[in-house]
Amino acid sequence: MVGHPEPSPGLLRRLDDMARAAFPATGTALLMVLAAGPSGVPGLVPAATLPCIIFWSVFRPGAMPPPAVFLLGLLQDLLTMAPLGTGVVTLLVAHGLAVAWRRFLVRQSFMFVWLAFCAFSAGMALLGWLLTALLAWDLPAPAPALHQAALSAGLYPAFAFVLSRIHGVMRRAEETP
Amino acid sequence: MIRLSIPLRQALARLSLPVLIAAAFGTMLLGKADALLAERARIALADALAPFYAAFAEPARALRDAAEDMQRLLVLREENARLREENERLRRWQAAALALEAENAMLRRQLDFVPERAPAFHTARVVADGGGVYARAVLLSIPPEMQVRRGQIALDERGFAGRVTEVGTRSARVLLATDMNSRIPVTLEGSRVRAMLVGTNGARPRLQHWSEGSRPAEGERVVTSAEGVSFPAGLPVGVVRWTEGGVAEVELFARTDRLDVVRLFDFGLGGILPPEAIARPEPRARR
Repeated sequence: MVGHPEPSPGLLRRLDDMARAAFPATGTALLMVLAAGPSGVPGLVPAATLPCIIFWSVFRPGAMPPPAVFLLGLLQDLLTMAPLGTGVVTLLVAHGLAVAWRRFLVRQSFMFVWLAFCAFSAGMALLGWLLTALLAWDLPAPAPALHQAALSAGLYPAFAFVLSRIHGVMRRAEETP
Repeated sequence: MIRLSIPLRQALARLSLPVLIAAAFGTMLLGKADALLAERARIALADALAPFYAAFAEPARALRDAAEDMQRLLVLREENARLREENERLRRWQAAALALEAENAMLRRQLDFVPERAPAFHTARVVADGGGVYARAVLLSIPPEMQVRRGQIALDERGFAGRVTEVGTRSARVLLATDMNSRIPVTLEGSRVRAMLVGTNGARPRLQHWSEGSRPAEGERVVTSAEGVSFPAGLPVGVVRWTEGGVAEVELFARTDRLDVVRLFDFGLGGILPPEAIARPEPRARR
C-alpha cells in the first residue's frame, strides 16, 4: 500500500473490519471498568467479565485471542484486589475450555448454553477459590465464591441477549459484500 | 507483518494458550514474591482511571438515586409511621442530650478542663469499588491539593468505615472494616471492655478476644480504642449483635455497602502499618 497516491477504496472497509475485530476485547475492558464503579454489589467485575469472555470465545474466537484474554485477566486482577494472576489463570482456562467445546456449544439452544455457562461459572469460582487459598495458604470462606458464581450465571442471559444482537449485526455486515 | 508459513502459524496459535497459562502462573508467583510491584501497578491503574470514574460517578449516582426513590415511594406509608415514631424517640433523647450538655458545661467550668483540639479532616468522594470477590475496599478520588497518607482514618457521616492503605497521586484505597484482613482494636462503650473487631468480608465484622468473663451485651455500643496507637479512642463503630449461632458481631454505623463520601481524618497516628511503608518514601511529598 506504500505506493498508492491516495487512500485505497477499501480503507473505510478495512477500518470497519478492524473495529469489528477489536470490539469484543475493548468492549469487555470498558464494561469491566464500568462494573468497578461504586455499585454496592461486591464481586461485580469478575462476574461481568466471565460472560463476555465465554460468549466471544464460543461465538467469535477470532476476536478474543488468548493474549487478549490474558490482558483482560490482568485488568480484572488490578481492578479488584484479587491476588495478581488468579483472574488471568481462571479466565485463560475458561477461554481454553470454551474454545475447545465451541463446535458443540454453537449448535445448541440458548437454554443449553446457559446451563453450560452455569457449570463454567461454578467451575471458575471453584478454581478462583482454590488459587486464592493456595496463594494465601489459608482457606477463604466459600460464600463469596458461591455468590460470584451465582451472580455471573444470573447475569449471563442479559449479556448474551445484548452480545448476540451485536454479533448478529456484525455477521450481517460481514456477509454483505 | 512477518510472513510465516501456514503450519508454523498454526503451531504458534496452538502453543499460545499453554504458554500464556504458564505466564499467568508466573504472574501469580511474581505477585506473591513482590507484593509491592502488584500494589504499584494497581495504584497506577487506579490513578489513570480516577478522572474517568470521577466523571462517571455523577450520572451513576443520579441513576442509583432514581432507583432508590422509586423503591422508597412504594413503602412511603410504613416509612412515615416509622419515622414519626423514631422522631418521637429522638426528641426524648435530644432533651436528655441537652440536659447532659448543660451539666457537662457546668462541670467543665468547675474543673479547668482543657478540651481536645478538634481533628482536621478532608472529605473525599468514593468513585469506585476497589475490592473484589475476597476483599472489601473502596477507591477514593483525591484532588491534587489534598494531602493523604497511609493510616488515615475514613469515617462516613455515621461512623468508622476503614483505613487508607494505598495512596497514589490522584486516588487512594481505603480498606473497609468489613474486609477479611481488617483488625481494629475496639472498646465496648458501656463496660469499657477491650476487644478486636475482625472483618469477615460479610456485612458484619466479628468481635473477638474480649477479656475473659465480660461477655459483650446485645446492643452495646462499640467505639475505637487507642490501643496500638493506630486509632484515637472513642470513634463510633457500631453496636453488638449476637447471632443465633452465638457469635458476637458488630452492626456498623457506617453504611459500607453504599459509601459515597468519606471524611479522612489525620490524627497524626502511625501505629502499625504494612511493612513496605517503612521502605517507601511518603507519597505526595513532592508537592
